[in-house]
Amino acid sequence: MPMPLIRAAKFAGAIAVALSMAACANTPNQTGLAGAAVPGSQQDFVVNVGDRVFFETDQTDLTPQGRATLDKQAQWLAQYNRYTFTIEGHADERGTREYNIALGAKRAQSVREYLIARGIDASRMRTISYGKERPVAVCDDISCWSQNRRAVTVLNASS
Amino acid sequence: MSHADRTEAATALTRRRLMLTSAAATATTALMPRGALATVQVQITQGNVQAMPIAIPDFLAGPGAEGDMPRNITQIITSNLTRSGLFAPIDQAAYLEKITNSDSVPRFPDWQAIKAQALLVGKIARQPDGRINAQFRLWDVYNGTQLTGQQFVTSPDNWRRVGHIISDMVYERLTGDKGYFDTRVVFVDETGTKEQRIKRLAIMDQDGANVRYLTRGQDLVLTPRFSPSTQEITYMSFGQGDPRVYLLNIETGQREIVGNFPGMTFSPRFSPDGQRVIMSLQQGGNSNLFVMDLRSKATTRLTDTAAIDTAPSYSPDGSRVCFESDRGGRQQIYVMNANGGPAQRISFGDGAYSTPVWSPRGDTIAFTKQFEGRFAIGVINPDGSGERILTEGFHNEGPTWAPNGRVVMFFRDPAGAPGPSIYTVDLTGRNEQRVPTPGYASDPAWSPLLSASS
Repeated sequence: MPMPLIRAAKFAGAIAVALSMAACANTPNQTGLAGAAVPGSQQDFVVNVGDRVFFETDQTDLTPQGRATLDKQAQWLAQYNRYTFTIEGHADERGTREYNIALGAKRAQSVREYLIARGIDASRMRTISYGKERPVAVCDDISCWSQNRRAVTVLNASS
Repeated sequence: MSHADRTEAATALTRRRLMLTSAAATATTALMPRGALATVQVQITQGNVQAMPIAIPDFLAGPGAEGDMPRNITQIITSNLTRSGLFAPIDQAAYLEKITNSDSVPRFPDWQAIKAQALLVGKIARQPDGRINAQFRLWDVYNGTQLTGQQFVTSPDNWRRVGHIISDMVYERLTGDKGYFDTRVVFVDETGTKEQRIKRLAIMDQDGANVRYLTRGQDLVLTPRFSPSTQEITYMSFGQGDPRVYLLNIETGQREIVGNFPGMTFSPRFSPDGQRVIMSLQQGGNSNLFVMDLRSKATTRLTDTAAIDTAPSYSPDGSRVCFESDRGGRQQIYVMNANGGPAQRISFGDGAYSTPVWSPRGDTIAFTKQFEGRFAIGVINPDGSGERILTEGFHNEGPTWAPNGRVVMFFRDPAGAPGPSIYTVDLTGRNEQRVPTPGYASDPAWSPLLSASS
C-alpha cells in the first residue's frame, strides 16, 4: 500500500523512519507503535537488522562489521522477499564534490555486490550516490565523518 | 567602426570610439591612437602588484539623465577596479579640480598633485528615443594624453553592464590584459540545514548583483558550468531515476538530458567550441570519461579504467583534456589528448589533487589539493612544473577562472560554519575577496566575457 510519509523520510535516518511509521500506525497491518517493530516491517529492518554500513576514509571495501550487518540484511531480505530496495552510497565532507559522487557510487556498488553474492536477486535493488550531499551527522571531527561515510539500504515504501 | 552596431542576444549595445573634437583636440599635446603603448601601465610582477592610483570623479549627468544613474555607474567602475587589486581609486574628497565638462581637457597638474596616474571622466545622457548614451575618456595624467575614449548607446536596463564594460576597457588599457567585469557567474545557492540542504541553480553578475534563480530546489543540483556562448549551462541533477547531466538554456529555461547513458552521469563541462560535453559515467564501481557531440548525439568513451576518472576540463584550444583519477591510488591530475589515449600524470606532490581546470590562457591548470586535512586551491603548469598554492585552509574547493586567466574563483566552507561562500583570489595568491551572495553559495563557474568581440 502507498505510504507517502515513508517516502518523504527516505533521506533521513532511523529516527525519521520510526516517526513516519508512528504516523501510519492506524493503517491495517501496521499496528506496531514506534519502538515495537512488527517482524518484516521497515521498522524491523532499520531497528533490528541495521540499515547501514560504514566505511573507512576514502575506502570502498566493506569492513568486517559491515559484512556482518550485510549478512543480517541478506537473511532478512531473503525472508521478506516482497521488498525492493535502494542502496544509497554516501561520503563525508572531506573530499571534492565530484570525487565524492563517484566514491558514494562505489560504496553502494560494494554493498550491492555483497548482497548479490549472498543470494539476493539483483533485480530487487538499485543504487544511487549522494556523494557528500546528505550527511546524517554535522560537525567537523571524526565522530561525524565516520557516520557519514556510509551505504544505507532503503526499502522501497511501495514494495 | 568595427565595434559599432554589435548586436548581442540579450542586449543591443552600440559603441563608438570617442575622439576629442577639433577645439578640444588642439589643447591636447597628443591624441593616443588605440593600440599605441600607454606609458602609464599597471606593473604586475610575480607576487607583487603595485596598485595604480586612479581618479574617478562621478560621471556627469547629461541631458535627460535621471537621478543616481551616473553616480551609480561610477561606483560600479570604482568597485570593480578596487576589487581587482590592481587599482587604488583616490578618495573623491581629495580632488582639486571639479570636472564640469567631460569633453574638455582636464587640468593635469591638479591630478598630478593628488598622485593620480590615470583619470577617468564620463557622462551619462538620455536620448530622445529613451536609450542612454554613456561616454567616457581615460587620461594619462602625467603625459596629458587621452588613452582611450568611447561612447555607448543602450537600453537603460543595461546600466550596470555599461559600468562593467567601461571597467573592462579601463582595465585592458592600463594592464594590457583583457578585463573580466562584464561577466556572470553561475553557482549553487544553498539553504536549509546541512542534513536537508536545498540547492538551486542561480546566476549573478560577477560582482554579485542581479541574482536570478534557474531552478526551484525540488531536485538536488550540482556543478553547473557555462557554455562558451554563455546562453547555456550544463550541470548534474538528481530527480527520478539515476542522477544525470543536463543542459539548460538560461534564456528560455528549456532543459534536456545530455545523452542516453546506462547509469549516473556527472561532472560535465563544455568543450571550448561549445559543441561537446565531456563528463563522467558511472559503470558499477568505476567512473570513466565520455564525451558527447551535442549535434550528432554521438558519444565516445575516452578512458577505460577500473578507477574513478572525473572532473575533466579541456585546454582552451580543445586539443587536450586534464582530469583527476585515483588509478594510481589517491586522486592525481592527468593530461591526455582530447580523443583519449594514454594519460600523463602531472601532479606528484604530497596529498591528493582534484578538480583540475585549465586556464583560458592555456598556460596553467587550477586545482583543489587535499593535504593533511587541509584543502588548498593552487595552480600547476600543464607539464607538471611550477606548482603554486594560492590559498589554503579548511575547506576550499572547486576553482573556476576569470576569462582573462588572472583571477580564480572558488568556494570555501570553513570548519564550523553553517554553509559555504564564494571567494576570488588573484593568480599571485593575493587579494582574496568574498563575493556577495544572498545565501550560502558553492560550485561557482565563471562565464566568458559577455561583450567579447574578438
